[in-house]
Amino acid sequence: MLRAELLHLFRRRRVLALLVVLALVPIAIVVALKFSGGPDGGEGPTFLNQVTNNGVFASLAALTISLPIFLPLAISIVAGDAIAGEAGLGTLRYLLVRPAGRSRLLAVKAVTIVAFCFAATLVVAVAGLASGSILFPVGRVTTLSGDTLSLWTGMVRIAAAAGLVALTLLGLSAIALFASTLTNVPVGAMGATLGILILSGVLDAIPQLSGLHPWLFTHGWLSFADLLRTHITWTAIEKNLALQAGYIAIFASAAWARFTTSDILA
Amino acid sequence: MSTAIDTTTTATARTTSPASSPWAIRTRGLTKRFGTTAVVDGLDLEVPTGSVFGFLGPNGSGKTTTIRMLLGLISASDGEIEVLGKPIPSASASVLPAVGALVEGPACYPWLTGRQNLERIDAAGPLGERRTRSHRIDIALERVGLTGAASKKFGAYSLGMRQRLGLANALLRPRQLLILDEPTNGMDPQGTREIRNLVRELAADGTTVFLSSHLLAEIEQVCTHVAVMNLGQLLAQSSLAVLQASTTSRLRIDTEDVGLAAKVLAECGLETSTTQQSLVGDLHGQTPHELCRRLVDAGVRVSGFIVERPSLEDTFVALTGEGFDVAR
Repeated sequence: MLRAELLHLFRRRRVLALLVVLALVPIAIVVALKFSGGPDGGEGPTFLNQVTNNGVFASLAALTISLPIFLPLAISIVAGDAIAGEAGLGTLRYLLVRPAGRSRLLAVKAVTIVAFCFAATLVVAVAGLASGSILFPVGRVTTLSGDTLSLWTGMVRIAAAAGLVALTLLGLSAIALFASTLTNVPVGAMGATLGILILSGVLDAIPQLSGLHPWLFTHGWLSFADLLRTHITWTAIEKNLALQAGYIAIFASAAWARFTTSDILA
Repeated sequence: MSTAIDTTTTATARTTSPASSPWAIRTRGLTKRFGTTAVVDGLDLEVPTGSVFGFLGPNGSGKTTTIRMLLGLISASDGEIEVLGKPIPSASASVLPAVGALVEGPACYPWLTGRQNLERIDAAGPLGERRTRSHRIDIALERVGLTGAASKKFGAYSLGMRQRLGLANALLRPRQLLILDEPTNGMDPQGTREIRNLVRELAADGTTVFLSSHLLAEIEQVCTHVAVMNLGQLLAQSSLAVLQASTTSRLRIDTEDVGLAAKVLAECGLETSTTQQSLVGDLHGQTPHELCRRLVDAGVRVSGFIVERPSLEDTFVALTGEGFDVAR
């Protein structure tokens, strides 16, 4: 059933279109950089200012730029549709009468969403890497600490960063899956998820609420940049992963509790 | 080649099937409340194994809610359900593979073809071997007359074609029980007729068919048993013959000897109203052939002798009332 569900998802035109859009974002940025002559001395770990020196940084820049909006948007669409979409079409009742088993169906949907998180992140990173490497020179990787790493070590770090971004998105996915079990209208689940994402971002930007910040699921999202230090600092990364695991535990349980007991009226 | 696969799949289904029970479906005090209203109220449904069971009731009478509870889609507020001898919803996982269902119309993915839709649902549960899938789909599509449209997108299907695809899905694996909610909805007369024949065929193979429908003539033609529901309660439940016998038949006699005939019939305890050349009266247990013999013996020239059985529609209206407005 998992195999069938994965094929069902990745053959869907809407999902393919989402992945294409995700790939176009980094490509557009890299092309813009090429023809605008590079950013004028940008600050911070956005990696954008390094792309012109070394094309492989385009993958990190792509991840940094896609993480706040584009990746969560794509994931909300797919994860919000997981149960609500089937309910909206009415196919949910036929899957359950089959019987697919409620826990089993939810588990299969969850695994499929995880697969999509990794696929989406991979698409962004690869599109950035490919377009950057084609349009800009490629060489040793300069870390945030100022040292340089060999290209291969750098590539491994970048791959790890992409993996970390995918894991970072799982907390949001769990929220979307839970929202998806609450409604028969997929757009409702997507909207609710994006609303929570924006709320979390807003709260994270209010200094007076600093006590709340460590508990916001978006707070540690950019911690993957720590992988690009010469000596990797793990504290922020570990905190972020633990927090994501907490969100997954809470919202996946809530989704399970809701879906295994609700009346299917759609 | 096809027969070999057929026997193996059927054999698998038989060996894993629940133990045989006199009732394919049995409920005790089944109740569903939404808020304070009881949509289904103390239902004692008994569907004999091997019957073709017509489930009737006006819109909003609680038929679909009942069907959803039978399939474990919604939980009962009160009461018990047994399907194929096992409790629902606790034994759903072992019962439902032997149950084919069409609930509140077909539902499919509009961007997939008819065939792909069947493949997807089949892959989602047990007893749907991938090895035999394509062959089983071919047979199911052929049974519902959809072979020609199998590779068309579901979104382009007409209502009747969608209904056929929903039926094909219900027939994809060997079943002991089919629960069909309005199976002929939106179908052309040929389609309706084919479905009727299909139901008869399935019943002849020993499948119990639980059929909800508004088309009373349909039910009358294929069903062996009938239940009538209204406002969440069961108004009647019996074999079709018993239900029809419980309502009075009407006798109509055409003759030129009206006076003599009325006298003979009155002796038999049959009150009649007469017109110039005919008599009409309600039968209360008198056997028609006996009446006919008495009339002829008395020298009445009988030129027409008609027993009008009430149609199921008459019975239905008698039970549920004439009103056109939905009750709630």
